[in-house]
Amino acid sequence: MARAMPELQLAISDFLLKLQRRQIEGSFDSAKHTVLLLRQVIVQHRASHSGQASSFIDAVKTVGARLVAASPIELAVGNVVRRVLHIIREEEVSIANNTEDEGETTFDSDDNNNSDDDGLPVLSAAVLAAANRNVLRAPSLHNLLESAVIPAVAIVSSSSAGDSEERSRSSEKNSKGWKLKHSIIEGINELLEDINNNHAQIAEQALEHIHQNEVILTLGHSRTLLQFLREAKKKRSFEVFVAEGAPRYLGHTLAKELAALNLQTTLITDSAVFAMMSRVDMVIIGAHAVMANGGVIAPTGLHMVALAARRHAVPFVVLAGMYKLCPLYPHNPYVLVNEMKSLSQILEHEESMEYIDAALNVPDLLAMNPSFDYIPPELVSLFITDMGGHNPSYIYRLVAEYYSPEDHSLE
Amino acid sequence: MDSRRGSRFVIDPKIRQVGFVPAGCESENPNASSAVAAIANVDVNPTSDSPSPVMIPPRLADPLPRAAPLPVPSPPPRKHTSVEIPLQGSYNPTDSVLGTSPPFSPASNGRYAGVPSSEGPDLSPSFVSRASSAMEGMSLREDHLGSPSASRFATVGEYAMFKQQQPQQPATAVTKVYASSLPQEPVQSFAPVGKEDSSKPLKERTTKAERRAKQEADREAKRIAKESAGAKVVEGEARASSNVVGKASRAQSQKKDSASEKRLSAVEKASEKEKKKEIPAPRMQFDDQSRVAKAKKRALIEQTETKHRVELFRHLPQFVYGAQLPSLEAKFFHDDAMHPHPAVYQVGLQYLTGDITGGNARCIAMLSAFKELIKDYCTPRERTLIRDLTARVNNNVSFLTTCRPLCISMGNAIRFLKTRIAKLQLTLSESDAKSLIIAEIDRFMQEKINYADNEITKLAVTKIKDGDVILTYGSSCVVETIILHAFSLGKKFRVVIVDSRPKLEGKGLLRRLLGRGISCTYSHINAVTYIIQEVNKVFLGASSILSNGTVYSRVGSASVAMVANAFHVPVMICCETYKFHERVQLDSICFNELGDPDALVKIPGRKGLSELEGWSQSSHLKLLNLMYDVMPADYVSMIITELGMVPPTSVPVILREYRKDPIL
Repeated sequence: MARAMPELQLAISDFLLKLQRRQIEGSFDSAKHTVLLLRQVIVQHRASHSGQASSFIDAVKTVGARLVAASPIELAVGNVVRRVLHIIREEEVSIANNTEDEGETTFDSDDNNNSDDDGLPVLSAAVLAAANRNVLRAPSLHNLLESAVIPAVAIVSSSSAGDSEERSRSSEKNSKGWKLKHSIIEGINELLEDINNNHAQIAEQALEHIHQNEVILTLGHSRTLLQFLREAKKKRSFEVFVAEGAPRYLGHTLAKELAALNLQTTLITDSAVFAMMSRVDMVIIGAHAVMANGGVIAPTGLHMVALAARRHAVPFVVLAGMYKLCPLYPHNPYVLVNEMKSLSQILEHEESMEYIDAALNVPDLLAMNPSFDYIPPELVSLFITDMGGHNPSYIYRLVAEYYSPEDHSLE
Repeated sequence: MDSRRGSRFVIDPKIRQVGFVPAGCESENPNASSAVAAIANVDVNPTSDSPSPVMIPPRLADPLPRAAPLPVPSPPPRKHTSVEIPLQGSYNPTDSVLGTSPPFSPASNGRYAGVPSSEGPDLSPSFVSRASSAMEGMSLREDHLGSPSASRFATVGEYAMFKQQQPQQPATAVTKVYASSLPQEPVQSFAPVGKEDSSKPLKERTTKAERRAKQEADREAKRIAKESAGAKVVEGEARASSNVVGKASRAQSQKKDSASEKRLSAVEKASEKEKKKEIPAPRMQFDDQSRVAKAKKRALIEQTETKHRVELFRHLPQFVYGAQLPSLEAKFFHDDAMHPHPAVYQVGLQYLTGDITGGNARCIAMLSAFKELIKDYCTPRERTLIRDLTARVNNNVSFLTTCRPLCISMGNAIRFLKTRIAKLQLTLSESDAKSLIIAEIDRFMQEKINYADNEITKLAVTKIKDGDVILTYGSSCVVETIILHAFSLGKKFRVVIVDSRPKLEGKGLLRRLLGRGISCTYSHINAVTYIIQEVNKVFLGASSILSNGTVYSRVGSASVAMVANAFHVPVMICCETYKFHERVQLDSICFNELGDPDALVKIPGRKGLSELEGWSQSSHLKLLNLMYDVMPADYVSMIITELGMVPPTSVPVILREYRKDPIL
């Protein structure tokens, strides 16, 4: 397909470059671009008749792996790739089940192949229902418990369906393949919509969490947070302390935006966070990514804020769209899920040169400018996602709902 | 805010010339009914050469008619009372009470006959000095006599605050009543005078009263120092209880031998006073309208309040930063008695511009400037060195406060200096006294700062081992000497310098350490959780350590200590004991210093306009540049002082045991 679609290749390499050069930064932008790109991949992908779903999966995986490699720190890229894979698997299951309903042949072949599995006929109805619900994207505990079954069935059905159909009805296959592609694209569109709407959906919950005259502290800048506070401001008045968030100083932007909303805003230095925490009612931050254990990858400085909040028993609330939910468990996140930014952000070039020059025997000078902090789950009081509020301990369950375990590794 | 007090000192000698009450006046007769009458009554003392005694009737409409018919127990004709009455709300509530309840009022006077101060052949007429002025007299005397007590205030500003506070309370005033032995006199004279009084401008009366009061104060100070101290306590006690009637009734029983009883109680109270001294005075709260207004009157220059006050910090001064500079300059060439000494002026400007920062540096600069001041000082004619010099120092300190609020170490140093001045022997010649004080200042700088730093360095170096990674925050001169010393001993270690906006003091430290060839890592405070994982010791300096073990230090130190604590890295605070303070504090809000908010706008190393350019246009946006924060004691593993390495719980012990030492 690479030879067939030069413009797709162009789009992919363009996006890769942008990721590598960090021209696209931030979970939201990278996630959105990734979805658009993957949709393009699916649209332009001409699946061979055999194993349609798996060929989609392969195509998405190969592109996805390259994207993730381009910017491993943008966990949202990987998340979205996995979400798309999950959609493909889901759609496949639902289509397989639909065909099972329509024609006895597929059902028979399934039965033949899995004769050892006695419970399958009974199960398939439930699977169908579950798949339908999944398509409708309405999570429930019932749904969750069943979703674990789906992948196994999906694999079985895809392989078996592929085998049987290839042999018997090729004409029907085309329509079915088109149907699969169509529903996958539909699913991706829904995902895109979710990503686009997640700010609004999170913001809707603002009034449940912010009361009148509350004092809120935050650090840096977050689009989600801005919307969240804007929504709360419509009904309530409260005060916000914004720490500037060195070395990017995005807090300045946020402070300005909040003041424009007529919110009482006070900009403080990062060092004053501990001092001010004793008068703060709630800390609300936007996350970069949420790990499967409930830990948070967030802009540097927030671990300190979280510790200060814990010290003063102030609730530490993390706003995160579901696309930020990463199915991986962090291992040594400070080093492995981190990135060193340019030294010049904290020490100007001329300055550091001067320091080095001033030193006679040239001692080594290091300047640390990490971009992310890892906040362990025990410091987080609450996650507010577009799917409602959750405890850090519940995050692993959400992961199970939105991702297929086979996709955790993209290689 | 000290300026007014200063000016009072200036007019001091005049007062002393105005003799009024002969020496050794003793009151034997606590007979107070006449005194009550005297409250209303005003008469000109024939023996006095003062222009006219102050005649101030109660502020209330007129208690006079009621006072007139008082039964006057006939006193021995040649004796008269001089009763020092600390009155509860002397002019409004008390007087009315006294006036309306004739049977009690004499008693109450007797009760309050604190210091019998005048007795003699001369017939002093009844005369009432205005309470507030008398109060000022008292405070003056307090200055003179009880300068140790004065010195317990960390800063002069605070001291002045304390002073201001007193008149606010209803009973602060001490009224001196010289009861006439002639009962008919008051009755005759009071009415017209009272009317006249009310029509007179208040100011004039005050000054007269002031003089009178000072005179009194002086006399008492010189002669019966101890007793007057006791009287002060009585006054304080009187202030404390607000129920005047209750007192009056109590007083009735004490009518007889009140003088001797008073003396007894005075001794008791004196010891109480001693105890009280240890409690630090309350600070100036800038949201207290009346006191701020008063402070403003006394201020050297007027400072403009910023429009963008942070509500949470209303109790702290939030002036437009740097705006004081032009007015200070204008003031400098005024040949005012209170204008600062050139050396002090220079130091003050250096504080203002931030050329001198850091507790030790500021303290040393200030003390050196004061040394200059003392060298150039010569006692004006008819003034005593002790009092005039104290006043001079106060003026200069208030100038420094205008430039930048004093830090606690400076407060302690000033307290030390004033104690020294107050303890000078009166018999010393001026040059001797000056050289003595200069020697004392030198000793303080040597002992408390230089030697202490050496000692701390010696102790702290033992904590640095080969292969250590040491984290420090900002730029502390003690920590810097420790690092340099450890390096000179050939220890191999790495230094992590954590820095924060807006001052970025760490860059200076980084430059100096690199210049010495020490390997450094530089980082922002936000990255401290990252960097702490490779650190195994944290050394921090402190601005002050409070007696509950909290460390008052550069803003951000608490965060660093907290992170170090969370990662189980020991935190060592290096601090000289002269920076310790008796105060306690739980959070960083109640007391702090606010820096220039505009310092946050410019981002170093970023070209172009800042995001916050023109922030003052928005009424909702505030910038807060906090200068200090408070580190809870449980983050501190150890405090390294010149007296040894102690846990934070030992701070009050050090304060208690070593502050007894007269050096501080």
